Amino acid sequence: MIANPWYLFLLDPRLWCLLAFWAGAWLLNSELSKGRAAWVRYAVPLVFGVTVVVLWQAGVTAYGVNKIILPPPSDVIARMSTSVPTLWADLVQTFFKGALSGYAIGCSAAVLVAIAIDRSPFLQAGLLPVGNFVAALPIVGIAPILVMWFGFDWQSKAAVVVVMVFFPVLVNTIAGLAASDAMQRDLMATYSASYWQTLFKLRLPAAMPFIFNGLKIATTLALIGAIVAEFFGSPIVGMGFRIVAEVGRSSPDMVWAEIAVAALAGSAFYGLVALIEKRVTFWHPSQRN
Amino acid sequence: MKSIVPILSVLLTIIAVWYAAAVWMNAPWVYDQAARAEQTVPRPWQVAQATMNQDRPVLPTPHQVISELLRSTFGLPVSSKKSLVYHAWVTISGTLLGFVMGTTLGVLLAVGIVYSRSMEMSVLPWAIASQMVPIIALAPMLAVVMHAVGATPLMTKAVISAYLSFFPVVVGMVKGLRSPEVMQLDLLQTYAAPGGAVFWKLRLPSSMPYFFASVKVGIAASLVGAIVAELNQQAGLGARLLQGSYYGQTTQIWAALFLSAILAAVLVMLAGRIERRVLARMGMAR
Repeated sequence: MIANPWYLFLLDPRLWCLLAFWAGAWLLNSELSKGRAAWVRYAVPLVFGVTVVVLWQAGVTAYGVNKIILPPPSDVIARMSTSVPTLWADLVQTFFKGALSGYAIGCSAAVLVAIAIDRSPFLQAGLLPVGNFVAALPIVGIAPILVMWFGFDWQSKAAVVVVMVFFPVLVNTIAGLAASDAMQRDLMATYSASYWQTLFKLRLPAAMPFIFNGLKIATTLALIGAIVAEFFGSPIVGMGFRIVAEVGRSSPDMVWAEIAVAALAGSAFYGLVALIEKRVTFWHPSQRN
Repeated sequence: MKSIVPILSVLLTIIAVWYAAAVWMNAPWVYDQAARAEQTVPRPWQVAQATMNQDRPVLPTPHQVISELLRSTFGLPVSSKKSLVYHAWVTISGTLLGFVMGTTLGVLLAVGIVYSRSMEMSVLPWAIASQMVPIIALAPMLAVVMHAVGATPLMTKAVISAYLSFFPVVVGMVKGLRSPEVMQLDLLQTYAAPGGAVFWKLRLPSSMPYFFASVKVGIAASLVGAIVAELNQQAGLGARLLQGSYYGQTTQIWAALFLSAILAAVLVMLAGRIERRVLARMGMAR
């Protein structure tokens, strides 16, 4: 048998159909993006996203890719619609119980500790470098230890999330508390405002853009922490558990469905925090348009 | 170096709290053993002593972790499967390969975004959305797919590392390539400089501080990616963590954890060193 020359795939009409579709969508987008209307800002990314999904579907179907390697989006959507109860149970276990409770505890602890540290220059000089150092460490590594300590259920996941979100929020809050300038603090002093009045009326509001920066970083970390912690042991429910189990059962459509749910939950969470930020820090230059 | 005293006192406090926690968490086992052997209840100082060097402590003491770390890095031949040097090398190679891939992709994407409005509008929102996806959840799936395609474990790890490190680079480089002021761009226009020259002589050089700021974030993210990818593999610090958790080897987990922390610190420091050198040569040292 004669070996096929390597360039044979270039002669394949399927490739040209896909490329033509891609080029068409790209042309549409470059025309669209010349417009200045408000809806263009949403239309262009939407067209891009739809193009990717269509190419994925068409590519997988046309080339007959093994469904175990890469299932077409239609399979994933079908799977999502038939297994809503499972997906919901996993979401509750991992996201609402594990990630959200850990997020709430970790973020409020970080803000409180930051306020406490802020009163003492000694602690500030000592803890800030250590905090910065720890914030860059691969903290997911403590997941196996915390799973051993707190058991397989959601408490250990929440504990991992607490540790993961703590340091980014702490570092940002400390930076934020230093954000009000000397002139403003002097003004509060001339009003003979107490420490707590200055804190609540000037310094915390001034710190909000920084705090929300930390809170937004922490949303992604919270979900990652909760899912990875489940890889080290979990009850038979939860997104991380389901992903590992379904990979083992070779049903990738369920894995992708779970990933899609995780992505939606993650985006919604981030969007919610960003929305609150917009309400709280409406005065900041970055929010004014 | 004014802050050395506060930092040291914070570190000493952490170590003290750690020892106290070790006594508190390991004590039940000591009482349990005593009760089983039907001895008299041990005195507090005996309990404290017995918690220091247990074989399978709930929380290993700092000196146990350090000695385990030293034993498994220097005490074993590098080729041994138990040597942490071997596992660390596996992790570093994946981290660096992924980091190079992610950075290259990130820079190319940033150039595209800066030069093409349609690319900016269609790709940037998705690049941001891609970070909302807990990619790490994809790691087990990706391992299967990459294996089916015939990729090596190293490549699988590198892909996940690259995914985690490309985003900071994109964001930083877009900011950096746009950092030249209008005045400077106008000057090049009056020289009738071609587009390529504007890029090589103005945009790229002025993006360097931003580039290095993102590199420091990206390399740390890359390491996290490599470690998580290794949870599905045979070798590397991540695999070491998982094995430790399966067999209840807490000291082994802590040693692997310490080594990955040291790796992260060294990588970030190295990036900072290179940053200072390069910026100094370019006359941008601050």
